[in-house]
Amino acid sequence: MTKAPVLILGARSDIGKAIAHKFATLGHPIQLAARAVETLEPEKVDIELRHQIAVTLHEFDALAPGTHESFISELPALPCIAVSAIGFMGDQPVNEKNPAIAIEVMRSNFEGPANILGALANHFVVRGSGTLVGISSVAGERGRATNYIYGSAKAGFTAFLSGLRNRLTKLDVHVVTVLPGFVATQMTEGMDLPARLTAQPSEVADAIALAVEKKQNVIYVRPIWRFIMLIIRNIPEQIFKRMKI
Amino acid sequence: MKVSGWGRYPVLEATVHAPRSEHALREMIKSTPNLIARGNGRSYGDSAINRSATIQLRHFNRMIAFDSKTGQLVAESGVLLADIITAFLPRGWFPIVTPGTKFVTLGGMIAADVHGKNHHKDGSFEKCVDWIEIVDANGEVIRCSRHENVALWEWTIGGMGLTGVILRAAIRLRSVETGWIKQTTIPAQNLVAAMSVFEKSQDATYSVAWIDCLGTGEQLGRSLVMLGEHVKNANLGQKQANAPFDTNTERKLSIPLDFPSWSLNRFSIRAFNALYYWNGLRKPSEQIVDWDSYFYPLDAILGWNRIYGRKGFAQFQCVIPLEQSRAGLTELLEAISKAGAGSFLAVLKKFGKQESLFSFPMDGYTLALDFPINKTTLQLMEHLDGIAISHGGRFYLAKDSRMTAQTLRASDNRSADFATMREDSDLRNAFQSAQSERLDI
Ligand SMILES: Cc1cc2nc3c(=O)[nH]c(=O)nc-3n(C[C@H](O)[C@H](O)[C@H](O)COP(=O)(O)OP(=O)(O)OC[C@H]3O[C@@H](n4cnc5c(N)ncnc54)[C@H](O)[C@@H]3O)c2cc1C
Ligand SMILES: NC(=O)c1ccc[n+]([C@@H]2O[C@H](COP(=O)([O-])OP(=O)(O)OC[C@H]3O[C@@H](n4cnc5c(N)ncnc54)[C@H](OP(=O)(O)O)[C@@H]3O)[C@@H](O)[C@H]2O)c1
Repeated sequence: MTKAPVLILGARSDIGKAIAHKFATLGHPIQLAARAVETLEPEKVDIELRHQIAVTLHEFDALAPGTHESFISELPALPCIAVSAIGFMGDQPVNEKNPAIAIEVMRSNFEGPANILGALANHFVVRGSGTLVGISSVAGERGRATNYIYGSAKAGFTAFLSGLRNRLTKLDVHVVTVLPGFVATQMTEGMDLPARLTAQPSEVADAIALAVEKKQNVIYVRPIWRFIMLIIRNIPEQIFKRMKI
Repeated sequence: MKVSGWGRYPVLEATVHAPRSEHALREMIKSTPNLIARGNGRSYGDSAINRSATIQLRHFNRMIAFDSKTGQLVAESGVLLADIITAFLPRGWFPIVTPGTKFVTLGGMIAADVHGKNHHKDGSFEKCVDWIEIVDANGEVIRCSRHENVALWEWTIGGMGLTGVILRAAIRLRSVETGWIKQTTIPAQNLVAAMSVFEKSQDATYSVAWIDCLGTGEQLGRSLVMLGEHVKNANLGQKQANAPFDTNTERKLSIPLDFPSWSLNRFSIRAFNALYYWNGLRKPSEQIVDWDSYFYPLDAILGWNRIYGRKGFAQFQCVIPLEQSRAGLTELLEAISKAGAGSFLAVLKKFGKQESLFSFPMDGYTLALDFPINKTTLQLMEHLDGIAISHGGRFYLAKDSRMTAQTLRASDNRSADFATMREDSDLRNAFQSAQSERLDI
């Protein structure tokens, strides 16, 4: 029995690649979507060779919402699972001073991913099944001086996913919100991250596959992050505003 | 950042880069005064560390092509052996040569020209490599093989990353019918008995022995020789034969903290004794074991290198030429048991013939054993160096973390040629490891 495909949006990211390998291991054909997608040809060959499943490549820009419907209709098959690994962190000091970049950060983390998952949701509803996975971030749980432009966009995306789940549950479409803590990827390369709090991309992928299977709603990848964020969310604003965190 | 090899000694402060594209890698090589390639850091010492530029190849981990008629796999050099097995064993293919851990990269296996338990039959890793592509100091990619750029090919295999950065390679896998190994364990009362088992077992595909280093006198070299053969499908039970590659090896245990250093030895010697006395009937026993437990027993314990404690450990591995093996090994074992310095188990293996410019193996016996790092063991290892040299022996660079340049020169006259070649080809400035500096090659 051949399984239905899994769509990875933002497939060039380390997390996206790890997710592609994970679902390929489980026997799903894979649809890789990214900007300049032809650069993912070596990944396509690698995944096909290792896992003996078919991989297709699809040009996709999250910031071109006008193209999203045609992107979906041109996929060889409607996926059973769609994962967004799209994101753009930028550099906070730059984001503060350069409105064009700040807006790009906001759009890349909220508008783009929300719009494509919303469009896919409508197709999944018509079919009456499917799972949407949105990778948001713990940065969206509370705005901090060091990355609130990225964080606020992630907060918007997290709220979007929550609402989408609320709308779709009765329609048999499941939504998973992923709030990874630190992950060792290109985005965080060169940062000095504490090893115990930092997940590998493959851990994120394993956690997502499990969440899809078990229909979990919100996952943090490393459980300790659920606890850390509980504390951070509950610090009174009076104190929080003076904290360096 | 702090970088070390598997032995966690020495620990050096080094700048590590992990380029993501061939273009970035080539530019980096062109513009960096000197550097060394790093695979998965499973060499024991400082072979894969350059303080100013260590180039990690973890992003070069893609498989490129597989020919199911010939078993030829083309892949990038950072691909892990574990991933090759995961992908291809279910299709009936297994590495032709494998070291005792599967967490090594293709590039690391070529650079160290690794050997397995079948060296006496199948030779070193070189035997299964069809070609390699290497990035030279100018950032150019050069294809080499037995027919093309032959000198570069010969120096690179076993060249410990000192001729350039291996980018891609084509290797051949062997076809196997199952993922199971028939293991025959033969107890040997002493070294002479163990060597005679090796001599008589030349036809066995795999052979290796564990030596109990505490044995003395008549019991010096008391060992268990373990032979192995791939099991044919027809020899499996019905249930296993239906899924011949499904050996169900999800065994993972990890060592979270630094252990006091006596624990591994206590543990392993107890396991040895249990096995030895269990085999005490003094006749060979047969067992069918899965490939993972057979080839990679230690891989099940993730991070077992921590068991030796904070100071780390070193492995002493030498090979003694055949004519002198018995005398040399006897002297080495006597020195080890006399010192009682904490290594209780050693691995012994008979190599076959090997002709190469700088690879470790030679026709003879290789002995390997781990020591926790301290003043006594460092002195002991130097003493062992001298014994090995006096019997014509040499040392495995992939395991070395402490030898001196003089020791290398005295043990291996090929090292002078290697250094000259590096000088003449302008490689000496371009590719350096902490080890190559220490060893002056
Ligand atoms: C538990 C254990 C068991 C082992 N058993 C065996 C055994 O049975 N037989 C055996 O032969 N060895 C054995 N080894 C040693 C191991 O196989 C070698 O050290 C191997 O080279 C490690 O591969 P790596 O990818 O980790 O390389 P690293 O340790 O990262 O590097 C090793 C050397 O290869 C070079 N290198 C790595 N990648 C490249 C590249 N792309 N281009 C150029 N040079 C490169 C490095 O510069 C360095 O000199 C064992 C090691 C362990 C930890
Ligand atoms: N790393 C962490 O610590 C961490 C923590 C929490 C959450 N996350 C989230 O995890 C996800 C994956 O991130 P990562 O760490 O793997 O970093 P990454 O490599 O930077 O991944 C982000 C991906 O998003 C893609 N992207 C950005 N804008 C796009 C657009 N307009 N259209 C299409 N694709 C676009 C990028 O593609 P290009 O290659 O084309 O730029 C890139 O592949 C992101 O959502 C990130 O916010 C990461």
